[in-house]
Amino acid sequence: MPDKKRTVRVPIGPQHPALKEPESFMVDLQGEKISSVALRLGYNHRGIEKGCEERTYMQDLFLLERVCGICSHSHATAFIQAVEEIAGLEIPRRAKYIRMLIAELERIHSHLLWLGVAGHEIGFDTLLMYSWRDRELVMDLFAELTGNRVNYAMNTLGGVRRDIAPEQFPHIQKIVDALEERTKYYIELAMTEETLAQRLSGVGYLSKEDAIRLGAVGPTSRASGADRDTRRDDPYAAYDELDFKVITDDHCDVFGRTVVRLGELMQTYSMIRQILKQMPEGPIAVKAPLKIPAGEAVSRYEAPRGEDVHYVRANGTDKPERVKVRAPTLANTQSVAKMLEDGYLADLPIVVAAIDPCFSCTDRTIAVRGDRDSKTMGWEELVQYGVRWYRDRGVDPSRIKVRGDESA
Amino acid sequence: MSEAEALVAQLVATFPALTGRVTIQRAKRVWIDVDRQAFPEVFRRLAKDLGFEVFCMITGLDEGADLGLIYHLARNDGLMANVKTRCPKGESMQTITSIFPGGGIYERELIDLLGAHIEGLPEGSRYPLPDNWPKDEHPLLKDWKPREKGAKDA
Repeated sequence: MPDKKRTVRVPIGPQHPALKEPESFMVDLQGEKISSVALRLGYNHRGIEKGCEERTYMQDLFLLERVCGICSHSHATAFIQAVEEIAGLEIPRRAKYIRMLIAELERIHSHLLWLGVAGHEIGFDTLLMYSWRDRELVMDLFAELTGNRVNYAMNTLGGVRRDIAPEQFPHIQKIVDALEERTKYYIELAMTEETLAQRLSGVGYLSKEDAIRLGAVGPTSRASGADRDTRRDDPYAAYDELDFKVITDDHCDVFGRTVVRLGELMQTYSMIRQILKQMPEGPIAVKAPLKIPAGEAVSRYEAPRGEDVHYVRANGTDKPERVKVRAPTLANTQSVAKMLEDGYLADLPIVVAAIDPCFSCTDRTIAVRGDRDSKTMGWEELVQYGVRWYRDRGVDPSRIKVRGDESA
Repeated sequence: MSEAEALVAQLVATFPALTGRVTIQRAKRVWIDVDRQAFPEVFRRLAKDLGFEVFCMITGLDEGADLGLIYHLARNDGLMANVKTRCPKGESMQTITSIFPGGGIYERELIDLLGAHIEGLPEGSRYPLPDNWPKDEHPLLKDWKPREKGAKDA
């Protein structure tokens, strides 16, 4: 029994150094050990659901893409699937394949990002540098395929907005091959590197019963042995035409969550190869009405962090009556308190990071603040600005060659 | 008989009042329309006996005099049951946290955004609105409009 007199209450957050997003933890400590945790969420509430009711379906598509910087395609697809179901639209098979391709590339970028953050939280910054360097490959590929590194805007009502040319396939293939090699290295690292296993094993324990009871989703639940994946159980797009395994693990701790995500990456590479091989010919979108007939639908989507659930009710106009969004982090935060109980305070950052809570991403152009005529910077200009910024502070990135920079 | 048809048969056999109120939208989507009085029993049966152990979310709807509530449940085989019920505004619903302890956050969302009353919800901080948000303002109600920029608090 916890001794109430000797309990120390430590408020952590909403602003804190370990996590990039605001969340507040009221932690009760008995010595070094956590006896209970109370969470307060909602600091990032932006009223998007209300906003959706006041905008058209097409505007909502782009608004919902901004629910999350990393899972942007996930939310946009989950929403548009529901609208298409209400409208009775059957989208072309090629559009389904392009949606899956972007979805699986997004999973690579999310899981590699997570691996880096996890490395960072346990003081293994080399892993962060490695995995984020590798992640650049897929980010640049996104820029090539969609025109943007995040918020790809590939979806439209009735299909996708951009086609992928067959000439682009070999390049996608090459990047997938390179990332597969790297992931094999990370798997070997996870399986053989003693410090990693010792630091992660037994940390943030969540039993299978608790994972199910508390509604954990995605890799968090699969690492506790729950054999669930919406792509297999309730297939959308054309996932029923792909051959893949659902990765589960019974370690039930942060180590298990690492193993599951790395295993999922290997499945994703195989799925992308199948998508490229089986990509059907044909149109990429069908004509869609602006007004959606009255009706309702629920769409489920396996985002990198777990299941996205979107509910849409239409009332016959061009604006929805109601849009409800459930992002996977909300489902997973319910288990965090359980994972932290009886653990050490020092494990808090990695345990919280292990559910992969949603972080924001930067865009590639920035607006200069403090200047009345704010201007935007192109990519080259931004790189030069970054190099100059460090040089002014005494760091000389002389190995980086920047076109048009005479001061080097 | 498909999974969805089997579920309809099971439900109607136990709850004759549900005859004609369980619809199959497509292979993996079943909608169940249930009165508020019968809701706890139907919900418990789905969760405990019929394998709907995945609690997805609750959708709250402003339907004029009533709050529409849809409890989205799923089974491991992917079948989804959407249980719809209505609660007159000002009256309360029983909490589902005795069955799904993780469901509390979705109920708190209904309280903050739609002004729902939930009975038996364990104590905890509000979600998702800030602590100083007025108690009687619920943004997802259809008659709620954001205040003009710069307007003073009433």
